[in-house]
Amino acid sequence: MKPATSTKKTVKQSDPEGGFKVRSDVPFMVGLAILGGFYVVMILLMVLADLHFTDASSLKETLGRREIQHSIKLSLISCTVSTMLSLWVSVPIGYLMSRFQFRFKAMVDTILDIPIVLPPLVVGLSLLILFNYAPFRWMSPWVVFEVPAVILAQFMVACAFAVRTMRVTFDQIPQRYEQVAMTLGCNRSQAFWKVIFPQARRGLLAAGTLAWARSLGEFGPILIFAGSTSMRTEVLPTSVYLEMQSGNLKGMLAVSIVMIILSAVVLLIARLFGMQRINA
Amino acid sequence: MIKLENIRVSQGSFQLEDLNLEIPESAYAALMGRSGCGKTTVMEIICGLRPILSGQIYLGNLKVTLMKPAERGVGYVPQDRALFPTMRVRHQLAFSLQLRKQPVEIISDRVKELASWLEIEHLLDRMPEGLSGGEAQRVALGRAMACRPRVLCLDEPLSALDEALHEEMCALLQRIHKETKITILHVTHSKTEARRLANQLWLFKDGSVQKETG
Repeated sequence: MKPATSTKKTVKQSDPEGGFKVRSDVPFMVGLAILGGFYVVMILLMVLADLHFTDASSLKETLGRREIQHSIKLSLISCTVSTMLSLWVSVPIGYLMSRFQFRFKAMVDTILDIPIVLPPLVVGLSLLILFNYAPFRWMSPWVVFEVPAVILAQFMVACAFAVRTMRVTFDQIPQRYEQVAMTLGCNRSQAFWKVIFPQARRGLLAAGTLAWARSLGEFGPILIFAGSTSMRTEVLPTSVYLEMQSGNLKGMLAVSIVMIILSAVVLLIARLFGMQRINA
Repeated sequence: MIKLENIRVSQGSFQLEDLNLEIPESAYAALMGRSGCGKTTVMEIICGLRPILSGQIYLGNLKVTLMKPAERGVGYVPQDRALFPTMRVRHQLAFSLQLRKQPVEIISDRVKELASWLEIEHLLDRMPEGLSGGEAQRVALGRAMACRPRVLCLDEPLSALDEALHEEMCALLQRIHKETKITILHVTHSKTEARRLANQLWLFKDGSVQKETG
């Protein structure tokens, strides 16, 4: 019988003198920089193009109009209310989905994703149809084509994103904390509020920011479910649409810039608050 | 005393049948076995964190089978210590007493007593982040013992500690047991550790727990 080594090629000992060379990291790093950089530069260029195209006088003129001021006010209020509602709902759903096993969980999970994958116009249309049926029909005169419709349309979409964020947040907090808290004397509710919820604050902030930004940009469902009545249900995306309809490109841009500034401010506040929490 | 009687547990493919274990009052018992054999599960059963299909659990003279984890009087120190990241050491030690609505002075005295006993007075105002392995272990022990539990469950408390710290923690555990006479169940991989600390050795063998004699 031949020795096993005689039929196999042996692995050469690595040669520190330069027999084995590793390819350069440069192409990989350049590839990363180009692909990543392209996207970042595109975002900046888009914003810069908007700023360049508009001027201070048209911005001042647009912002001075009563209907635009109303639109800004309604956007700020409705986004804040829909964000609070989203957090109110997304925390328990995120926690339930993260911690508990129950029948039809996979189905519930899929249902929760529907507002994310559904075209926004369909969300608005579905809400409109839903309010034709009791018991929703009874509330219809106070909701449909009124301010509550704006909030509800924003909430239906924004909440789905907040739920996803909160679920990931709770998934990342080990169950061991609750278990220890329960052996120390907590019931489930105390373990949640005293131990888990304080750890989820950063996720809550992220979910809130996401829900707020999502609500600010919501257009399709609002247009269908709340209409675009000036001084009543007009929010900033509706203003952009109405300005476009009347062929006022400068006005459309001015409103867009207000939206960019609002988004940037919210993002900045969220980041600063987040950083403070990390440093605390 | 810790007594498990004919315990049956099933979760997915993991099953334990007819589990029996009896650790007398004030004993220091070590539970050994291969990874994944169910050592942590036994601890979770005692703490009430793992539902059982049948059997009875006694702690002291109390049948705790249907009791919630909070009512069982078990001090639990998990392998990863699980110190609450948003609480200062002082609050971790006071946590179980605050839940029992103890007067502030009693809580403060107990925290001081534990801190001095475990030599962590200088850590009281620190957050858990940045504590060394040995410091975190002391805090976790203090937190578990704050409300004077009936039994102490330690899940591999000395793993991932360097040699010097290992020695220090062994001495601390011996001191805790000697001074409090609390019944301790200590899960470990190390026979040396078990023989040094425990006066009873239990081994997981072929799906059941057997007491090692001699």
